[in-house]
Amino acid sequence: MSTAGPTDSVASPPAPSGAETRPDARADQAMTAAEAAGYGVPVSFSRGQPVLHVDQAGYEAVIGGLRDDGFNGVVDLTAVDYLAHPGRELPEGVRGERFELVVNLVSYVRRQRVRVRVQLPEHDAVLPSLFYVYPGTEAMEREAYDMMGIVFTGHPDLSRILMPEDWEGHPLRKDYAVGRVPVQFKQSPGTR
Amino acid sequence: MGFEDLNHNFITAPLEELVKWSRKNSVWPATFGLACCAIEMMATGAAHFDISRFGMEVFRASPRQADLMVVAGRVSQKMAPVLRQVYDQMMEPKWVISMGVCASTGGMFNNYAIVQGVDQVVPVDVYAPGCPPGPETLLHAILTLHSKISTGEMHSRRRDSGGGARLMLPHPGGAGYEDAHVEIRTPH
Amino acid sequence: MSEDQPHNTWPPVHTAETDAETLVAETSEGTQELQPRTLTESAELLRERGAVLRLPDGGVLDSADIDVEITDDETMIINMGPQHPSTHGVLRIMMELDGETVLRSKPIIGYLHTGMEKTGEELTYVQGGTNVTRMDYLAPLFNELVFALATEALLEVEVPERATWIRMLLTELNRVSSHLLWMATNGMDLGAVSMMIYGFREREMVLDFFEKTTGLRMNHNFIRPGGVAADLPDGWQEDVNEILHVIPGRLDEYDDLLTGQPIFRERTQGVGVLTAEEAVALGATGPILRSTGVAWDLRRDMPYMFYDQLEFDVVVGSYGDAFDRYAIRLNEIRESLRIIAQIVERMPEGDYRIQDKKITPPPRRRIDESMEALIHHFKIFTEGFKVPEGEVYVGVETPRGELGCYLVSDGSSKPYRLHIRDASFVNLQSLPIMMRGGLVADAVAVISSVDPVMGGVDR
Repeated sequence: MSTAGPTDSVASPPAPSGAETRPDARADQAMTAAEAAGYGVPVSFSRGQPVLHVDQAGYEAVIGGLRDDGFNGVVDLTAVDYLAHPGRELPEGVRGERFELVVNLVSYVRRQRVRVRVQLPEHDAVLPSLFYVYPGTEAMEREAYDMMGIVFTGHPDLSRILMPEDWEGHPLRKDYAVGRVPVQFKQSPGTR
Repeated sequence: MGFEDLNHNFITAPLEELVKWSRKNSVWPATFGLACCAIEMMATGAAHFDISRFGMEVFRASPRQADLMVVAGRVSQKMAPVLRQVYDQMMEPKWVISMGVCASTGGMFNNYAIVQGVDQVVPVDVYAPGCPPGPETLLHAILTLHSKISTGEMHSRRRDSGGGARLMLPHPGGAGYEDAHVEIRTPH
Repeated sequence: MSEDQPHNTWPPVHTAETDAETLVAETSEGTQELQPRTLTESAELLRERGAVLRLPDGGVLDSADIDVEITDDETMIINMGPQHPSTHGVLRIMMELDGETVLRSKPIIGYLHTGMEKTGEELTYVQGGTNVTRMDYLAPLFNELVFALATEALLEVEVPERATWIRMLLTELNRVSSHLLWMATNGMDLGAVSMMIYGFREREMVLDFFEKTTGLRMNHNFIRPGGVAADLPDGWQEDVNEILHVIPGRLDEYDDLLTGQPIFRERTQGVGVLTAEEAVALGATGPILRSTGVAWDLRRDMPYMFYDQLEFDVVVGSYGDAFDRYAIRLNEIRESLRIIAQIVERMPEGDYRIQDKKITPPPRRRIDESMEALIHHFKIFTEGFKVPEGEVYVGVETPRGELGCYLVSDGSSKPYRLHIRDASFVNLQSLPIMMRGGLVADAVAVISSVDPVMGGVDR
C-alpha cells in the first residue's frame, strides 16, 4: 500500500533569534512608513500594523494600487459602527463618520499585511464592490450589508447571508438592541 | 392449568409492556446535530461511549424513519422552521431530547439570533444540561427517556392532551399567515 | 432588477415582461426566479468559473466556452440541507443540475447564526473567551488564542514564555484532534463508516488530556488574555508522550485503510479541483490553499508565538483535488505530533499567566489573606480590565485556514467591535467552483474536503 505522501513539501526557513510573543511586531511583516506613504493617503500605525485611511472616492483606486503592488490576497472585509464612539483617534485630514469599512489585505509574495479603512457617512454608506478585484469578498460584503447595512454597488448578489431573507434591520449596528429576553431572578437587564 | 407443562419456553406479559419494552430498546435517533453538542453526540455514538449498547447507533437521515430527535446545539431564528418541519415529519411515537443549554433555554446566547429554548418550537421530553453535555450526560438523558417510555408515563400524557405542546403554526405562504397567532396549550 | 440595487425585496415583483421570459420556482423561502441558461449574464457565468477570468470590456462569455454539455434549456434546482447527514452541520446548498451534473450552486448559510459578534460587545474581555470559543467548535482553543492574542496586542503586554509554550502545545493538540475528527467524518461521508469509529478512538485520547488540563473536553475557555487559566497538571509529559507514542501507528493504519483503497481514490482524486489562482482570488486558506500548490502557512510565513523556533514542514499538494486535501490533513497530523514532541522537550519553567494584577486575578487562597487581592478579584470579574483604545488584527493558522480577530477597543472593559475572520466562511466561497461539472455524489466529497464548521461560518 502506498503511503499518503505529499508530492511536494517545503521545509521551514532557519529561525530568527529573539522571537517575541506579540504578533505582527516583527519588522519584516509590516510595510515601512515610506512605502505606505506612496499611496497618497493618510497613514497611521496601529500597534505596529500599517493602516491606510482612504476616502470613499479614492477607495477603488487605492485597492487596485495595492493589488498591483502584490497584495494579492484579501483576508477580511468588515465594517464598524462608530455611533457610540465618535471621538476616536484618526490621523490628520481624516474626518470620522458613522461607519467605517475595514479591509485587511495580505501579500503572499512579500509576506506583509496592510489595512485599509474607509469612512462612510450614515446617509451615503455606499461603496463599489471589490468582487471583480477580489472574488473572495463576495460573502464578506454580503455580511457587511446584512449586519451593518452598507451597500456595495456592482455586487452580483447583495442579499442577506446570515439573517433570514425577510429580516428587518441590521443587527450589528449600535442602535439595534441585543434582543435579550428577560430572565427570571436577574435583576439588572443591562449588565451580566 | 395448561401452562405448567410448557417448561419455561414462553414469556408472557401484557401486550402493552412488550410494546413499551421493544420501543425503549430500539429508539432510533434522527440526525439533528447543529453545533458543538453535535460533536459530543457523535462521540457518544463512537466506540468509547457507544450508544449502540442501547440499540441507538442507527442515526437515521430521514426523519420518517426516526423515533427520537436529539436537538443538539443552538437553534437560530432561521433554523426554527426547519426544526419544526423535521419534527412534523417524524411518525408517532416520537420523542425529543433537548441536548445542551442552548437547546434547552437559549444557553449563554440571550440575543436576537437564538430561539430561547426549543420547547418554544417542539415539545421536549428530556432536557440534558451542559455546555456541551458530555457523553455521560447525554446517556443519562437517554436512559431517563427509556425509563419514561417503559413506565408509559409520557405516552399517557400525550394521549390525554392530544400530542404535546400543541403549537399551531400555519404554513408560511398560506392564507392568514401574517395575522396568525401562536396557540400554546399545556398538557394539564 | 438592476444590479445596483440590493436583492432584498421579498417577495420578488413580477411584471408582465418578466413573466414572459422568466420561470418561477416556489421554494420554502419564497419564489426563486429561474432563467434559461442562454440568458445567463456573463457576470454570473464569470462567478461560476472563478472571476479570475478577465473578460474584455463589453465582452460576453461565449456559450461555446462552457465546458459542460447542456442538452437543453431545462435544468433542475434541488436543495441539499440544512438538515442532512453529510453537510457537516447546517449548511444548505442549492444546486442547479443538468441530470446528475452540477452546474451552478449556491451555499446558503446563516442557519447557525448566533449573534456572537454582538454578544462579544456585551461581554468583558475576561468573559470574551467563553463566547469566541464556541465559534469554530472543533478547534476551540484556536478561537480563544486569537482573541487572547488580539487583546494582548491592544494591551501591549507580553505573556510569560511558559504560557506561550503551553498555548502552542494545546493548540497543536487541538489541530490533531480536529484533523482526526475530519478524517472520521470524511471517511463516513465517503462510505468508509469504520473510519468514523477509528477517528474518534484517537480523538478520545486527546480529549482526555484536555479534560485533565483544562477541565473540559470542548469549549475550554482556557487560553485567556494574559496567559492560560492554569498550569499543566503533574505528569503531563507522560500523557503527551503516550499520545505521541500511540497515534503514529494508528495513522499508518488509516493510511492502509484509505489511501490506497481504490474506491476512496476514485471518489476523491480529480474531484473538487481548484487551481492556485482561483484559491488565492477567493481568499481560501489552509489545506484548501495548500492543496493547490501554494505553500502558505501562517506558522511559517508570518510566525506568531514561538513557531519560528520550531522545525516542521508545511505540507503542500499539487492537484488541488479532494485527495490532496485528505493527504495534507493526514500529514499535518504527523507534523503537529512532531511539533508537540519539540514542545515537550523545550517547555520552560515559569509563570503560566502574566503577573500584572490588573489583568490576572489573584490565586484563590490569597483572597482570604489580602484585601487588595479581594478587590482586584472583584474588579476583574465584575467590571473586567480596561483595554486602551485602538484596533488590531491578528491571524493564526487553524486546521481550516487563517482565523483572524479584528478587535476595536474604545478604552472600556468590553470590546467595541469584535470581528472574527473565520476560515470556513471564506473557504465556502470556493464550493461552487469546485462542484461545477461534477456529479451530485461528488458534491458530498467536495463539501467534506472543504471541512466547513458552521459555527465559525455563521457565528
